Amino acid sequence: MKKWLDPLATAWIGVITHKLRSFLTILGIVIGVAAVITLMSIGKGAEARIISNIESMGSNLVTIQPGARTFGGVRSAAANTLTTEDAEAIAEQVPYISSVAPSYSSNLQLVVGGENMNSQVTGITPDYMQVNNLEIASGAFFSTNDYQRGSKVAVLGSEVKETLFGETDPIGQQMRMGSIIVRVIGVLESRGAMWGSPDDAIYIPITAMQQTVAQPRTTQGGRVVSSITLTVSDEKQADYVVAEITSLLRTRHQLSPTADDDFRIMSMEELSSTLSEAIGTMTLLLGAIAAISLLVGGIGVMNIMLVSVLERTREIGIRKALGARERDIWTQFLIEAAFLTFTGGIIGVISGWAISYIVSSTGVMTTLVTADIVVLAVSVSVGIGLFFGFYPAWNASRLNPIDALRSE
Amino acid sequence: MIRLQDIRKVYPMGNRELTVLRGVNLHIEKGELLAIMGPSGSGKSTMLNLMGCLDKPTSGSYYLEDREVSHLSSGELAAVRSQKIGFVFQTFNLLPRLSALANVELGMRYAGGVDRNRAVEALAKVGLSDRINHRPTELSGGEMQRVAIARAIVKKPPLILADEPTGNLDSRSGAEIISILTSLHTEQGITLVMITHDPNIAHHCQRIVHLRDGQVESEEKV
Repeated sequence: MKKWLDPLATAWIGVITHKLRSFLTILGIVIGVAAVITLMSIGKGAEARIISNIESMGSNLVTIQPGARTFGGVRSAAANTLTTEDAEAIAEQVPYISSVAPSYSSNLQLVVGGENMNSQVTGITPDYMQVNNLEIASGAFFSTNDYQRGSKVAVLGSEVKETLFGETDPIGQQMRMGSIIVRVIGVLESRGAMWGSPDDAIYIPITAMQQTVAQPRTTQGGRVVSSITLTVSDEKQADYVVAEITSLLRTRHQLSPTADDDFRIMSMEELSSTLSEAIGTMTLLLGAIAAISLLVGGIGVMNIMLVSVLERTREIGIRKALGARERDIWTQFLIEAAFLTFTGGIIGVISGWAISYIVSSTGVMTTLVTADIVVLAVSVSVGIGLFFGFYPAWNASRLNPIDALRSE
Repeated sequence: MIRLQDIRKVYPMGNRELTVLRGVNLHIEKGELLAIMGPSGSGKSTMLNLMGCLDKPTSGSYYLEDREVSHLSSGELAAVRSQKIGFVFQTFNLLPRLSALANVELGMRYAGGVDRNRAVEALAKVGLSDRINHRPTELSGGEMQRVAIARAIVKKPPLILADEPTGNLDSRSGAEIISILTSLHTEQGITLVMITHDPNIAHHCQRIVHLRDGQVESEEKV
């Protein structure tokens, strides 16, 4: 028999001799590891889902929004700093941009049938749809022709359609919007609940918008927009594009070198990394909380190992009489402890996996079990065995052989 | 083989001290078969434990095969035990969860490595070939002691120490054990030191050492 197999065989005999006790000891580790795996997989699942949501919006998307202007340290209210002209300048002067879509949003009074409500309406250009990855579920999007003529047509987000029209087909229906009457020509594909989701939006050509709300003008005479979205043709150049736009807008807005930007640029790339970092931190926190139960399990292991050493004092004496060194004794007990927690770790991974699978299949949450969590959980549980097994094992190795032989 | 020089052993007992051995001098030749006798409390077991390197004397010198071992570290003593000494105990001291074979193999585990063939051989030598897979609980007292002897001899040590090996056995099993031990001595030339209360058993040995109050009282050749 190989030398290293002996302690393993001894550990195995120790485990099966006290089946219930070993099971209960292992259970503490199983619960701890399963909790870590489940919670981490929920966190990872959330992360993966949000990233895929962002990617569905287009990971090459860059959004520019007006920011507060600062005068001598005093921050003014949200300013009308972005203009249609800014958008045109960006399209002309910044490389690696495939299309630019300015939009202007305003709260308008809507009247549909007898219903009266206040809702945000967004005036857009034809490029907007492609830039934002929007897809039509029924009907159609407005054409360049509609845009140029300022046709009074609207495209609704799926949620808005539910609220305004319920089950009835909205295509061709008319609704009053401020001072104009628009005709619904299309409904968008649902994107799922998310921040800034187009599901809640009502889109009309920005040219039609100007017929009911006057687009404000800046002091330089630019037509104010609420945001500019654009797509980068080469994602690797996203950072460069952001830098170029920043410098272009700062020049156009005549900002002094010390002044803060009066706009905010968000690239989806950046947003997704920020979000996944935040969720990663949360996942880690969840894992840490679950790890407390692992710690408790570890204390259980230590308890059992102390009892086991006490029970086997005579055995230790016999082994010492046969020539076992201290090192032989403590490796034996250490291996036994690590064997218990390793088994617990493996069972815990399997149960945690099963639990996250069940959680996923209920559809409430997405979960994702990744290899790094599994490796981490198993190695941590072995580490716990070694850590909490050390003191009992050391105790055992220090026993005086004569006293140990005499014990009952 | 063994030379004890003015060995003293004192155990601290709270504030007082308990002196168990008061200057023992003893010389044992290689291949000798020796019995140690004496009333309880005379220090027989303490002396045997010292000879077995399970304990260190408070003062004095102990030469085992001409090597002074009384001041070795616990790790070095363990190495001496694993290579040189086989123990046979009154209470057998087998591991109850292991088979006879596994118990014998344990005797080799700390002495360089387990060799199953040698374990089987050792069990055959004590007449237990048909019992190798039995656990101690399934064996009689005499059989258990034979397993213990097999465990002691399997690593072929030059010295075997037996502490009342027949103390827990009926007279027939006891006689069997003694005949196995004496035959080991005659056939293999093993040095054998045995504590016993039974004068009949002591007279199977070559020499009897009488201890009293921690000192050698008398020696007699048989």
